[in-house]
Amino acid sequence: MKRFFLSLAMIAIIASMSMAQKIKGSDTVLPLAQKEAEVYMKKNPSAKLTVTGGGSGIGFAALIEGTTDIAMASRSIKFDEKMKMQNGGKTSKQVIIAKDALTVIVNPSNKVSKLTREQLEAIFTGKITNWKQVGGADLTITAYSRETTSGTYEFFKEHVLKNKNYKSGILSMPATGAIIQSISQTPGAIGYVGMAYVTKNVKEILVSFDGGKNYVEPTVANSKAGKYPIVRPLYFYYDAKKEASVKPFVNFVLSAEGQALIDKVGYLSLK
Amino acid sequence: MFKRKKNRFIETIVETLLRFSGGITTLTILLISIFLFTEGWGLFNSSTVEKGYILCVNKSNPVKNLTPTQIKEIFDGNITSWKQVGGSDIPIVPLRMDDVASMYTEEEIGTEFEHLPAKLSEAIEKEPGALGFFPEQFIDIKFMGRVLPAETITLKEYFTGKEWYPTATPASQFGLLPLLLGTLWVSLGAILLALPFGMAVAIYMAEIANNRVRKILKPVIELLAGIPSVVYGFFGLIVIVPLIRSLFNLPVGETALAGSIVLAIMALPTIITVAEDAMRTTPLAMKESSLALGATHWQTIYKVIIPYASSGIMAAIVLGIGRAIGETMAVLMVTGNAAVIPHTFTEPVRTIPATIAAELGEASVGSVQYQALFMLGAILFVLTLGISIWAEIIRKEPQSD
Repeated sequence: MKRFFLSLAMIAIIASMSMAQKIKGSDTVLPLAQKEAEVYMKKNPSAKLTVTGGGSGIGFAALIEGTTDIAMASRSIKFDEKMKMQNGGKTSKQVIIAKDALTVIVNPSNKVSKLTREQLEAIFTGKITNWKQVGGADLTITAYSRETTSGTYEFFKEHVLKNKNYKSGILSMPATGAIIQSISQTPGAIGYVGMAYVTKNVKEILVSFDGGKNYVEPTVANSKAGKYPIVRPLYFYYDAKKEASVKPFVNFVLSAEGQALIDKVGYLSLK
Repeated sequence: MFKRKKNRFIETIVETLLRFSGGITTLTILLISIFLFTEGWGLFNSSTVEKGYILCVNKSNPVKNLTPTQIKEIFDGNITSWKQVGGSDIPIVPLRMDDVASMYTEEEIGTEFEHLPAKLSEAIEKEPGALGFFPEQFIDIKFMGRVLPAETITLKEYFTGKEWYPTATPASQFGLLPLLLGTLWVSLGAILLALPFGMAVAIYMAEIANNRVRKILKPVIELLAGIPSVVYGFFGLIVIVPLIRSLFNLPVGETALAGSIVLAIMALPTIITVAEDAMRTTPLAMKESSLALGATHWQTIYKVIIPYASSGIMAAIVLGIGRAIGETMAVLMVTGNAAVIPHTFTEPVRTIPATIAAELGEASVGSVQYQALFMLGAILFVLTLGISIWAEIIRKEPQSD
């Protein structure tokens, strides 16, 4: 009898979950969306939101299949994903909800404190292999990157490497925390992480995107002022037909209150 | 009479249930493997160029087709002249859609991109050395360039390719070799480390330790198997990796060796438990006769017990290898995941399970990369299946003399 009630409760939970709005996708956006959903549900007790991660690709796949209402993404929708949505009779709508700045980091013992975009490209594509080539000590460069499918990886490749491929011997780490840990214990290491994740165990690099004229410090103020160049947008995607049902939450995220939460989580608000 | 009938009835039900669950299990395994192969096999019908895009050249260009490697090298700026890929001696000008879009004003292209097809065509026509990479939907009948035929990924390219760039545009590279060799390399290292240590512990537990010690030691070792692999991974990343780096004076500590050490620790419980059980099945009469003939305890161990248990010990080794090959999380964290063919143990490597775990979540479903990852899964499945069959054969081998 007990088991019967238990399964009944399970069914009830599953049923109520299918009534709730589902938000799925990028693990980068996940902590932000969770915080937003939490506050939103407190304000509107009747609203039900379930937020799950998995990755940008998984979010888009769910959006195409119609198993999620909003897809979170740290990259823009790919061409074939867009075509698949169209084939399924859906039109994707894109909303930029926040921005995220990437910081280039090295081991604290490294003397190098600034690099140009060209030097970064040469380091990550394997053309520069020793720190003395960029004014540092005679030490082999060990470049760390995120995994190939991560939105961060794609963004860094498009924006800093100008679409060239990373060198084949690049070390790729599954998570931001692992990159920071590795860089803090490897003297010749270099890598990139979201600005919010930078700790005292690693050293931030000033970057220049104008050939070495101005080096910009990676700070929130510089990123918001548009001075710091390595900033990427974070997205929500939804089906245009479902706009009416998802709009209240999207509007909340874009509102002053929602944007204030973004700063708290550690990303850059739009204003 | 009635009671016996009832018993008989229950027995039949239990028997059917058992048979049914056996059947379900077999069916599930079969379905999973079929699923793996069908999802993966599509890879060999897929084009190397990203879906929805085409590559095109100027009409005057004599080059008929480009291999995926050539395409990648061109867009990376390593091949710069058409001469290097069998054409005339003119520089290659790679054109992406953004490049073309930045050549014209927004008005010229049109707000709905209605003039874009004409502009793309114009850009290709104007530049004799152009190699265009454009979305298929913007190519119309009036297109003045020549579209290169889409080439599918071949079995040979997949199995002998040396580069793994699953998201490279325009042409992704799916070379299995660095991943497969990386997996085997790390597993080999793990088994070389785990074997002597595991055997020593197994012999100690089976023969030397007294009952009280064994009663404590055995659950402790079995507990090792219960620790989540991600915990081993963290331990490896924070303790073993820096240790290896300073010990061997390497530029980087995330190496195949770090993976091997972590995997060796993880394979130990399997090896110890199976080998110990095998040794303990040695009949008492055999041991006693050996001792009665004047052999010492140690002589008895390596002349009688180890030969008697050899098939069980082999099975322990093979199961340990199987454990090492399939391990994902711990390896993902400590080997550095660089997709290069390993030559020594002090280089970073990338293994098959780590690749699947790291990439599948973000890959777009049904894409070439998705299929390539399922193919990796299928290969891993075949690999571990082979190992289990091998273990089964060894275990059942009749004792020689």
